[in-house]
Amino acid sequence: MTAPAIDAPQTLPVELQDRRAPAWWGVVCLIATEAALFAYFLFSYFYLGSIARGAWPPHGPPALRLALPNTLVLLASSGTMWWAESAIRRGNQARLRAGLGLTIALGAVFLGVQMVEYHNSDFGPRTGAYGSLFYTITGFHGAHVAVGLLMLLVVTVRAWLGHFAGGRHLAVTNTAWYWHFVDVVWLAVFTSLYLSPRLAG
Amino acid sequence: MTSTTIRPAEPSAGLEERLGRIWETAPGLLGVLGTVDHKTIGKRYLVTAFLFLILGGLEASAMRLQLAGPERHLLGPEQYNQLFTMHGVTMIFLYASPILSGFSNFLWPLLLGSRDMAFPRLNALSYWVFLFAGLFLYSSFLVGQAPDRGWFAYVPLTEGTYAPGLNMDFYALGLILLTVSTTVGAINFIVTAFTMRAPGMSVNRLPIFMWGTLTTSFAVLFALPALTAACIFLYFDRRFGMHFFDPAAGGHPLLWQHLFWIFGHPWVYIIVLPAMGMVSDYLPVFCRRPLVGYTFVALATVSTGILGFGVWAHHMFATGLPPLSTTFFSAASMVITLPSAVAVFAWIATIWHGRPVVRTPFLFAAGFVVLFVIGGVSGVATAAVPFDWQLTDTYFVVAHLHYVLIGINLFAVIGAFYFWLPKMTGRMLSERLGRWNFWVMFVGFNLAFLPMHLTGLMGMPRRIYTYPAGLGWDTLNLITTIGSFVFALGLLLFLVNVWWSRRNGAVAGPNPWDAPTLEWSIPSPPPPYNFTVIPTVESRHPLWEVELGEGARSRIDVGPTLDTGRETLGTSALDAEPEQVLRMPEDSLWPLLLGLSLTVTAYGLLAGAWWMAAAGAALSAVAVTGWLWP
Repeated sequence: MTAPAIDAPQTLPVELQDRRAPAWWGVVCLIATEAALFAYFLFSYFYLGSIARGAWPPHGPPALRLALPNTLVLLASSGTMWWAESAIRRGNQARLRAGLGLTIALGAVFLGVQMVEYHNSDFGPRTGAYGSLFYTITGFHGAHVAVGLLMLLVVTVRAWLGHFAGGRHLAVTNTAWYWHFVDVVWLAVFTSLYLSPRLAG
Repeated sequence: MTSTTIRPAEPSAGLEERLGRIWETAPGLLGVLGTVDHKTIGKRYLVTAFLFLILGGLEASAMRLQLAGPERHLLGPEQYNQLFTMHGVTMIFLYASPILSGFSNFLWPLLLGSRDMAFPRLNALSYWVFLFAGLFLYSSFLVGQAPDRGWFAYVPLTEGTYAPGLNMDFYALGLILLTVSTTVGAINFIVTAFTMRAPGMSVNRLPIFMWGTLTTSFAVLFALPALTAACIFLYFDRRFGMHFFDPAAGGHPLLWQHLFWIFGHPWVYIIVLPAMGMVSDYLPVFCRRPLVGYTFVALATVSTGILGFGVWAHHMFATGLPPLSTTFFSAASMVITLPSAVAVFAWIATIWHGRPVVRTPFLFAAGFVVLFVIGGVSGVATAAVPFDWQLTDTYFVVAHLHYVLIGINLFAVIGAFYFWLPKMTGRMLSERLGRWNFWVMFVGFNLAFLPMHLTGLMGMPRRIYTYPAGLGWDTLNLITTIGSFVFALGLLLFLVNVWWSRRNGAVAGPNPWDAPTLEWSIPSPPPPYNFTVIPTVESRHPLWEVELGEGARSRIDVGPTLDTGRETLGTSALDAEPEQVLRMPEDSLWPLLLGLSLTVTAYGLLAGAWWMAAAGAALSAVAVTGWLWP
C-alpha cells in the first residue's frame, strides 16, 4: 500500500458529524464498558440463582402488571428519540424539540412507575441476596435513565438555543446512542429478572 | 459542517512561533491546574506513579525488617496487615498501571505524529482522578484505618461483621474512584489509536508499544467493570446490610472471588502488555535491526489480551470448584503461555540476529527477558492444579508474582526511563551509573526472590506477621531481606541518576539513540505542538528507511501545517487516510473540578454523609455540563 501523500493542497471537512467523529467513538466505548458492568450484574444474579438452595426468586417472579407496560413506555421513548434525531439530520428544528420533549416525558414516566413498583414491593434490598440483587440492578438501571434524562435536558436547552442544524448534530446523535443503550440494557434486565424465572417454571 | 483546505509546507521559524503561541499552556496557576498538554499529563503520571512505587517499597521494607528473623515484633499484627494490604494495593493499582499510562500519555501522540490525544481534557481528568483516588486510599492512614484484609479483599473476612471500621470502605470506594480514571484513560487511548494517526500509519505500522496499550485498553473496558461490580456489592453489604456474599441469606462468598478474578487476571496482562510492548520497541534499537516477527508479536499481544479473560479461576483452584472447571482453567492457563513464548523468542531472535550495543536500556531489556522466563515457568507450575493445591497461599506464589510484576513491569519501565527520559528532559542519564543501577537491582532482586520459591516450598504461608524459629525458614528469610534492601539501593541509584542528569547529563538532541520512530524526529524536549508539520509515514521505521533500503520514503519535513488554531489531523481507522481536521480544546479547569467533586462524593459515601455525597454528585453533573457546553 502506498502512503496517501499530502503533497498537494487538500480540502478536508472540519469535525465530521458521523461515525468517524472521535466523540462518537468515545460514546461507543463508554457504552461498551457500561454494558460490561450490567453483564457482571446479571452474571451475579444467575450465579446466585444457580446455587440457591430454596426457590429462586424466593418470593416468586416479580409482577408484570406494572413492569410490562413500563417496558413498552421505555421502548416507545427510544422511538421518539429516533424520531427527534432523524429530524435534525434533515434540519427540522420543530420536530427535534417535540421529539426530545416526548422522550423526556416517557423517560420520566418510566422512573415514576419504577418508584411505584418499589413502593408496592413486599421485599426490600435487605430481605436477602435476591432483594439485594433486584434493587441494585434495577436501581443502577434507574440511575442510568436519570443520567440519560439529564443529558436530554441539556440537549433540549441547546436545541431551543438553536445549537443544532442539518450538518451539526453530534451531541443529539451521541445522546440518542446512549438513550438507546439504556433501553437495550433494560430489555436485558427485564428478560433476566422478570421473564427468565417464568421460563424456568 | 464546514471544510478547510490544508496546504503542505516545510517547517519555518515563523510557523514554529505561530504554533507555539497557539499550543502553549498559559503561565501561572491557571495553566498548572488547567493544562491539557499530553506531555505534561504524562510526566505527572510518571512522577506520581513513581512516588507510589516508593511508598509501596517503604511498606515492603518495613515488612522485610519484620520478617528478617523469627519472632520479631517491630510491627504488630494489625500494622502488618495494613502494610501488606496497602503494599499490594499501591503496587498493583497506583503504580503498575499508572506508570504505563504515563508513558503512553507522553509518547502516543509523538509516536503517532499527532499534536495531542483524542480527548485532551479527558486525559487531564484521568490524571486528577488517579491522584485523588491515591490520596483517598492513603488518607485512611490518617485515621489509622488503612485497608487491612489483603489486596484481593476476600469475603467474608471483609464483611462488616468481621471487618468493622472504615478500612475496607476506603478500599471499595477508593478502587471504584480509580476505575473512573482508568476507564476514561482507556477510552482515550482507543479513540486516539483509531482516529489520530499520521497519514499512512496503517495498523500494520504501529509500534508494538501501541499494540500493547491498545489491547490493554480494550481489556480495561471489559474487565474493570467486574471489579466495580464487586466493590459496589461489598460496599452495599457493609454499609446497607445487604446480602450479596452472605450464605445465610442466599448470597455466596465465591461470588466475590469470581468477580474479583474475572477482573484480576486480565489486569495482570493490563500491567504487563504495554511494558512488553515498550521492550519490543526499544530492544531492537540496541540490536540495530527491526524487531524479528513484528506481526507475530502484535498478534501475540492481542491474543494474550483475549485469552487473559479465560484463566481467572486458576486463582481459585483451592476453593472446591468442580474438576471440570479446574481442568478447563488449568488448560487455558497453559495455553496462554504460547503467545508469551512467541514474544520471548522474538526478543531472543532480535538479539541473536542483531549487532547488540550494550547500553543501559539493553541491559534492562535483557534482564527483563530472563526474569520473564523465570516468572513464566513458575506460572506454568502453579497452573497445574495439584501443584497449586500444595503451594497456594505460600511464599512460592509471592515469589512467582514478584518475578512477573517486577520482572516484566518494573525492569521494562526502568529501561524505558533510560531510553525515553532524554526525550522528556533533553538530557541523557549517566551510562556508568546506569550499569551500576542495573546490576545492583538485578542481583538484589534475584537475591530476594529466588530463595523465596524455596521458602514457599518449605511451607511458609504468605501474610503471617512473624514465625517461630526452627522451621527452616530463618536463613532464607534473612537472605530475602538482605536482597530486598540491595534491590532498593539499586532503585535509589536510578533516582540519583535522574537527579544528576537534570544538570549534568549530556544534551540529548533529537535522536541520541539513532532510533527509528517518529518521536525521535522532533526536538528533546518536544515543543508544545509536537510536530511543526504533520508527517506522512510509509513504513514502520520512518527514520531507518535509508539504512534498511526498503524503498519506503516517509516525509518528515513537509506536510500540513494546521496553524489556524489548535488543530490536528483525523485519519481513517485502518489505513490512516486523511479524513478530517479536528479542533482541539483549550486548557480547562472543568476536569479538575469534576475530579474534585467525584472525590467529595466518595468521601460522602465513606462517612455516610449523604448530603455530601449528593452535593458531590450534583457538582459533578454541573462540571460535566460546563465541560461539554460549546
